[in-house]
Amino acid sequence: MNNPSPTGRRAFLRSAGLSVAATLGAAYAAAAAQVPGTLPGSGANGSLGDPAAAGRPQAPTTDRDNDAAVQTIEKRLRCTCGCTLDVYTCRTTDFTCTSSPQLHREVLQLRESGMDGQQIVDAFVAKYGEQALMAPKPQGFNLAGYLVPGALVTTAGLVMLWILGRRRLVPASERAPIPVDATPEELARLRDALADGDS
Amino acid sequence: MTLLGQFALWTAFVLGLWCAIVGFSGRWRGRPDLTASVVRSVYAICAALLVAAACLWKALATHDFNVEYVWAYTSRNLPTYYIISAFWAGQKGSLLFWAVVLSVFAAAAQALSSRRYSELLPYVAAVTSSVVAFFVSVMIFAANPFARMAVTPLDGRGLNPQLQNVGMTIHPPMLYLGYISITIPFAFAVAALLSRKLDTGWIHAIRKWTLVSWLFLAIGITLGMWWAYVELGWGGYWAWDPVENASLLPWLTMTAFLHSVMIQEKRGMLKRWNLGLIVGTFMLSIFGTFITRSGVIASVHSFTQSNVGYFFLAFLILSGAFGFTLLYTRWHLLEAEVHLESMVSREAAFLFNNLLFVGIAFSVLWGTLFPIISELVRGTKITVGPPFFNRVNVPLGLLLLALTGIGPLIAWRKASTANLRRQFTGPLAAAGVTAAALLASGMRDFYALLALTLAGFVAATIVQEFFRGVRARHRMHGESIPVAFVRLVARNRRRYGGYIVHVAILIYCVGFAGMAFKREREATLKPGQSVELASPYGHVYRFTHVGISQYQALNRVVSAATVQIARDGKPEGVMTSEKRQHFTIENGEKLPSFEPSTEVAIRSDLREDLYIVFAGPVNGTEEAVYRFTINPLVWWIWFGGFVLAFGGVITMWPGDGGVSPNRARRAQAGYGVTLVGTGEPS
Repeated sequence: MNNPSPTGRRAFLRSAGLSVAATLGAAYAAAAAQVPGTLPGSGANGSLGDPAAAGRPQAPTTDRDNDAAVQTIEKRLRCTCGCTLDVYTCRTTDFTCTSSPQLHREVLQLRESGMDGQQIVDAFVAKYGEQALMAPKPQGFNLAGYLVPGALVTTAGLVMLWILGRRRLVPASERAPIPVDATPEELARLRDALADGDS
Repeated sequence: MTLLGQFALWTAFVLGLWCAIVGFSGRWRGRPDLTASVVRSVYAICAALLVAAACLWKALATHDFNVEYVWAYTSRNLPTYYIISAFWAGQKGSLLFWAVVLSVFAAAAQALSSRRYSELLPYVAAVTSSVVAFFVSVMIFAANPFARMAVTPLDGRGLNPQLQNVGMTIHPPMLYLGYISITIPFAFAVAALLSRKLDTGWIHAIRKWTLVSWLFLAIGITLGMWWAYVELGWGGYWAWDPVENASLLPWLTMTAFLHSVMIQEKRGMLKRWNLGLIVGTFMLSIFGTFITRSGVIASVHSFTQSNVGYFFLAFLILSGAFGFTLLYTRWHLLEAEVHLESMVSREAAFLFNNLLFVGIAFSVLWGTLFPIISELVRGTKITVGPPFFNRVNVPLGLLLLALTGIGPLIAWRKASTANLRRQFTGPLAAAGVTAAALLASGMRDFYALLALTLAGFVAATIVQEFFRGVRARHRMHGESIPVAFVRLVARNRRRYGGYIVHVAILIYCVGFAGMAFKREREATLKPGQSVELASPYGHVYRFTHVGISQYQALNRVVSAATVQIARDGKPEGVMTSEKRQHFTIENGEKLPSFEPSTEVAIRSDLREDLYIVFAGPVNGTEEAVYRFTINPLVWWIWFGGFVLAFGGVITMWPGDGGVSPNRARRAQAGYGVTLVGTGEPS
């Protein structure tokens, strides 16, 4: 039976110390290799595990994106992606559209070139046709679109008034009272109730 | 099961044709054996279509992906409640749903209608069966929900994420119930015209059916607005989209009818107009279906384009020609019993109210069709969007809102000066106070100011009506105020239920006016960064981006972006907006099934909604792009929906409200009483 050579206390402590140091070193290296700040609220800008699942990659917004004048222009222009929304609404809805960010950039470029709102809208109409507008210009045939409903309602109202005016309205004095099966007391109560609640 | 479903569809189709042909001819020839057979066939059609529906649900529930419809709208990992709602998620299933519900309504109309209308019922059966047969024929010949595929895929494509929302499980059925039940009033109107029974009997027969349709449609429209608001992420609820417009059109004409029918009941006037409204409303419901299913007008809500549009166009033209020709042939039988006595009367106010309802309906229809008209006339494609509809409809809507208050204040037949003074003083004062308060608070938006002032006026008219009614009961019967209030409503359900509906409309208007003060901004934030946004009430909200976490849940990978909220420096908790990537599993691999969808974070209170959309990450990091929106008064719109439903239910609650026949007779006579000594009509 072989007796293993006994380990000295000093050797044991030395090897244990080295093991602990190696473990700590490995842990430190692993921690250094880990992407920092993946926990919410850590303040650091960590990486997402599955960026593709988090929607289309976005470019950082700028002050121009929040420019009220730009938004007003974009709300007059229709997105070309096939939706029925304006450029501003489409590019800020779901943020999945690829057309509206491009149209937004066009608006910004035209604005930087010194155009005002109406000139930008006109430039869009020249490029994409009248369909680029969220509502047709109130001119030419389009006026029919704007005026026909109001004109019809007004005309119908006037015709109604004219027809009713031509009819002989029945004056109150010619209206024969309808005989009612009620006592004078009941009629008096009816009159009081009507005075309170008639409408 | 699909074979049984196909068989059930064919059975319903053949029975529908039988009913349509024999119903008209049997009643016309006076053959009671044939008419009895027709009524029994209505129940048989209903049973056949219920079997077909059960077959489709079975296929959905058992993941029978060999059925093309099941493959196209479900997947194995789809939650059960969405498998149930997938029944109406697509064109073919929704057609079957439509036919089933219509057959149930048709059977209910036969079973529940009073025997007083027995002469009308065979014609009613014939009309409803014709419509059912049409829908079944569309399924059989163009959009069969039981169509099978050549191979059986392992999994389905799944349901569009935007339809995976609780709103979409109840919004379409409600809307369909509204659209579909319009067929019953139409059937009674046609029956009355065919049988020449044009007294007020048919009006009584259909009033509650019309109320049912109106209520379902109103609830369906409101739920649709809610779904668009919480699911689509654009921060609004109504975009004047053609499909939205199509649902509004029959609602507007039905609302006109519910007002004008009172004039026919009380005064025997507007018979032609009322029949025209019913026929027109049915046409508009079919038109809405045509718009939704044909793809003729671009809409975000449309079903996939298919050839079923031609079926609906043909049906629309045929049924319109039939209905209006029939009305024209009976024109001479529809003379008014009395004429209008004064322009200052409730009848006149209702006439103008009807003019506005129909005018708004026309302007919505005109705007919806104007792109097609423009292309036909000028060859130029144009877009007609919200700016157009708002410009044309807002003034008409405000006029209508004013009439909502004016109408109930004016007496029937003729209002005296004293009556007008007594009725209008309070409400006009209330309107003045409202306008002054709004101006003093700094409101300068013209339309919002006008809308809220008119809302104040109308609210005062309603309060006045309730106050006088309660006071009269309190004085006459010695009832306590709460008891008098409850009995007032319970015994005059139609009138006071109507007032509650008016209250709901006011609440909607307040909510709509709030959108004039919307605030929004975009921001890109790293974790810990903040952005501020001032609310229209003067508070400053601070939004601090906390971070993005990703995890898997059910059938999707969720990327949740969390924002800490503080109002005027005081912490208000956190809100989380999500991106959801839905997937299906094929050969053990997760495959994205749709584009990532957005789940908006919404915090709602009486004053305003905080509405946060997580747009996406920057460079795959936790740096996030957001849109922050403050939407004032949106909560009021959903609350208005509840009030409207409550008022509608009170209005249509069965029974006579506990009014004895003797009292009813005297009350009716009261309309004609000239009170002794006053010289004025009551």
